Amino acid sequence: MNATAIKVDNGVNVEALLGARQALTEAPEAARFKWRASCSWVRGTHSRSTVQSFFGLGAEQAHKTEFTYEADHPEVFAAEDQGATPVEYVLVGLASCLTAGVAAVAQNRGIQLRSVKASVEAGMDIQGILGIDADVRNGFDGIKVVFDIDADASKEDIAALVAQSQRRSAVFDIVTNPTNVAVEIK
Amino acid sequence: MIHAAAGRPLLAGTRDVVVIGAGHAGLAMSRCLSRRSIDHVVLERGQVGNSWRHGRWDSLRLLTPNWQTRLPGHRYAGSDPDGYMTMPQVVEFIEEYASLVGAPVRTATTVTSVSAEGDGYRVETDHGRWHCRAVVVASGACQIPVVPSVAAALPGSVQTLTAQDYRNPGQLDDSGVLIVGASATGLQLAEEIQRSGRRVTLAVGEHIRMPRMYRRLDIQWWLDATGILDERYDEVDDIVRARRVPSPQLIGSPQRSLDLNTLVERGVDIVGRFVGLSDGKAQFSGSLRNHCAMADLKLERLLQRIDTWAELNSKRAQFGSPERFAATCVADAPRLSLHLQRERIGTVIWATGFKPDYGWLRVPAFDRKGDLRHDGGIVPVPGLYVLGLNFMRRRKSSSIDGAADDVRDLGAHLAAYLHKSATRSAMRATG
Repeated sequence: MNATAIKVDNGVNVEALLGARQALTEAPEAARFKWRASCSWVRGTHSRSTVQSFFGLGAEQAHKTEFTYEADHPEVFAAEDQGATPVEYVLVGLASCLTAGVAAVAQNRGIQLRSVKASVEAGMDIQGILGIDADVRNGFDGIKVVFDIDADASKEDIAALVAQSQRRSAVFDIVTNPTNVAVEIK
Repeated sequence: MIHAAAGRPLLAGTRDVVVIGAGHAGLAMSRCLSRRSIDHVVLERGQVGNSWRHGRWDSLRLLTPNWQTRLPGHRYAGSDPDGYMTMPQVVEFIEEYASLVGAPVRTATTVTSVSAEGDGYRVETDHGRWHCRAVVVASGACQIPVVPSVAAALPGSVQTLTAQDYRNPGQLDDSGVLIVGASATGLQLAEEIQRSGRRVTLAVGEHIRMPRMYRRLDIQWWLDATGILDERYDEVDDIVRARRVPSPQLIGSPQRSLDLNTLVERGVDIVGRFVGLSDGKAQFSGSLRNHCAMADLKLERLLQRIDTWAELNSKRAQFGSPERFAATCVADAPRLSLHLQRERIGTVIWATGFKPDYGWLRVPAFDRKGDLRHDGGIVPVPGLYVLGLNFMRRRKSSSIDGAADDVRDLGAHLAAYLHKSATRSAMRATG
């Protein structure tokens, strides 16, 4: 690493993040966030979800625009394939969370990134969701993420980047650890 | 024995300083205060070296070699400098030290509260009240076992032990054992219990992997020689994180390393961090691979640092050749749950660390998480000091060998404080 010689720029404002870390250490209640999404059924297995508002830093917040996501199942499931499957959104969440983490950690450690590519694959035995075999779980039987990173750093430093990004990743935590889920009817 | 009359505690005495705890740290501080002619008493709830006598399993030996078992004015003088003391040997070493130092220890005296009073403190004990100008808390960092809240949900059929309750495998029935935590304690217990013929599952979170020997020398020799143990709390990047680093996976046994690979070879089932209980099943995190990868990476960085130092100091000695250790072998799909009843798990052992017990310390010096605030052992309440906490002033602060430097620093600070406060009182008296 030669962070002092060359200005590293991965487009991550580490100073702002470290400032926020400091501020939130002193005001932990502002660190409590609520993330939201809403989903409307369209037809068949096709649904449309939107994301805009969230809560954090003690106040209501919003994205600059509303984001929309189509979800469906592919034709092999006798569906119309109007969007990615919900389980693929989970993979998108994991890959994008880890990738963002790699960029942030690299910036903090003075590592210039040239390219970062994550390929994610998850196995699933659909006997679970089809109710064929009660011993087969519905969800993934495993997830594999492969990073291809081109950066000004040694192999060990890149491995450490990827390890730290998992350590600080929300989605990695969500998929590796149990979470209580309450589903209610209005 | 002094009895309290009519329910009012008797005045036991007035001293400049009350030291709480007659373990290695409290005794080292006592020696320092005596040499500075500072009037003090050392209050000990049990006997000298109490924590080393109780709450330790039978086979435990120090993780540091005998040559490193040294205190100001006292060191191991036996014939096995590279060995590791058993707990009775540690107790003997500390008893020798107490008499060598001539420490004014009041044993069997439990402190029930410490609170501010005028310019100093009032220390209540079960044997009377003390008044003093300064207090040194040397009661240890490992008083209360830290047990995750999920423990409360364990079924009643499962016996639960903490590392403080465990003595030997004879305490356990013949069923399987789940050990939670993979620092020195968890690994040593896993090995010993598996060896006794019981099935062991070990839940592994963040851990520090470290070989016992490196390049033919004890790893502690390298940590000492390279200055790693002397790194100061105000020089590391993130002291909050550094203080939370678990103890390295070491065993006090010559020439023998203990790591997850060794345990897997012996048949221990390695799983991820214990994260929940659902339908009678213990649930483990899917993060095991990353925790092992991080430990391997940290080990590699440590060995590189040692190798660099050895290169620079190659004239000092003929070191063995650099070595590298096999990466931690993680199964393709470590199990994510364990049905406690169906898989006949009779015991869960929490090897999840300890915290100090400050229930009696009535001063406004705790942070929102209940941890005592201090700047390298100097509590932000004048005249109050603490000793022996993890990475308190230096990386070695919590070890026996760490007491010397910390006591020297804090003793000097304390002496200056007493001098200043005496001057202030005198000025008030004459003014």
